[in-house]
Amino acid sequence: MPGFPHAMPLAGFIGGLMIGIAAAIMLLGNGRIAGVSGMFARVLGLSEGGAPWTIALLFTAGLPLGAALAAANLDVEARFPTSLGLIAVAGLIVGIGTRLGAGCTSGHGVCGLSRLSPRSIVATGTFMATGIATVTLMRLAGVTL
Amino acid sequence: MRQGILSLVSGTLFGAGLAVSGMIDPARVRAFLDVAGAWDPTLAFVMGGAILPMAIAWFIARRRSAPIVAEQFHTPATSPIDTRLIGGAALFGIGWGLVGLCPGPAIAALAIQPAPALLFIAAMALGAAIHRFALTPRRSA
Repeated sequence: MPGFPHAMPLAGFIGGLMIGIAAAIMLLGNGRIAGVSGMFARVLGLSEGGAPWTIALLFTAGLPLGAALAAANLDVEARFPTSLGLIAVAGLIVGIGTRLGAGCTSGHGVCGLSRLSPRSIVATGTFMATGIATVTLMRLAGVTL
Repeated sequence: MRQGILSLVSGTLFGAGLAVSGMIDPARVRAFLDVAGAWDPTLAFVMGGAILPMAIAWFIARRRSAPIVAEQFHTPATSPIDTRLIGGAALFGIGWGLVGLCPGPAIAALAIQPAPALLFIAAMALGAAIHRFALTPRRSA
């Protein structure tokens, strides 16, 4: 892509379509929102209400299964930061934040935005803004991962 | 049974989509948030691709009284925009920006980088537990 040597617009769009079709199967088939943070909390027994446990478990287990199937057929990179402390802190913040805000990139970002839900529009705008602010502040402070 | 199969199909396709789109790669996700650096717009194409079929799905769902293999739709109530929503989303964004991981890619990445993915997921579970036991308002009887 001109100007953006590392961008993968086509692979991104195709992968995005797969994500959207997956969420559509969950909605039209089971009548449920494919929100990963909610499903994950449900698997752990840490949510009030939500999808039946079996549905949450099978959906959640499918995520690494699908990634493994993709990785068996094409190059899949997952470049994690080296600092385990940073990973743990970030995971903790994501765990609290997604539950408090009742959703993450899948529930608010994909399922909510496509429904034009005002709550999801506000949530997505907010986590995009603080995500950009965090990365930018780390850049300004000279932090490299 | 049919609901279980559809859930596994949905999760598997979702995880494959995260891998194909590059969203399973924390460095790529951080590069999207790095607007002052070497910005990588891939995530915007992913969101566009994902929202398209879901917008059609919502259109169909509004015209159906029930989903295909369940008795009713369980869609989130239109609760108000409050400080919990904004504060939670703001916190989530900070954690997302720190390492480039949100819940879906973290769980999917178990298949690619199991050790750091598991650490993130364990910390995320602890966060969800803290929310459940310390930050969920008690319902008065």
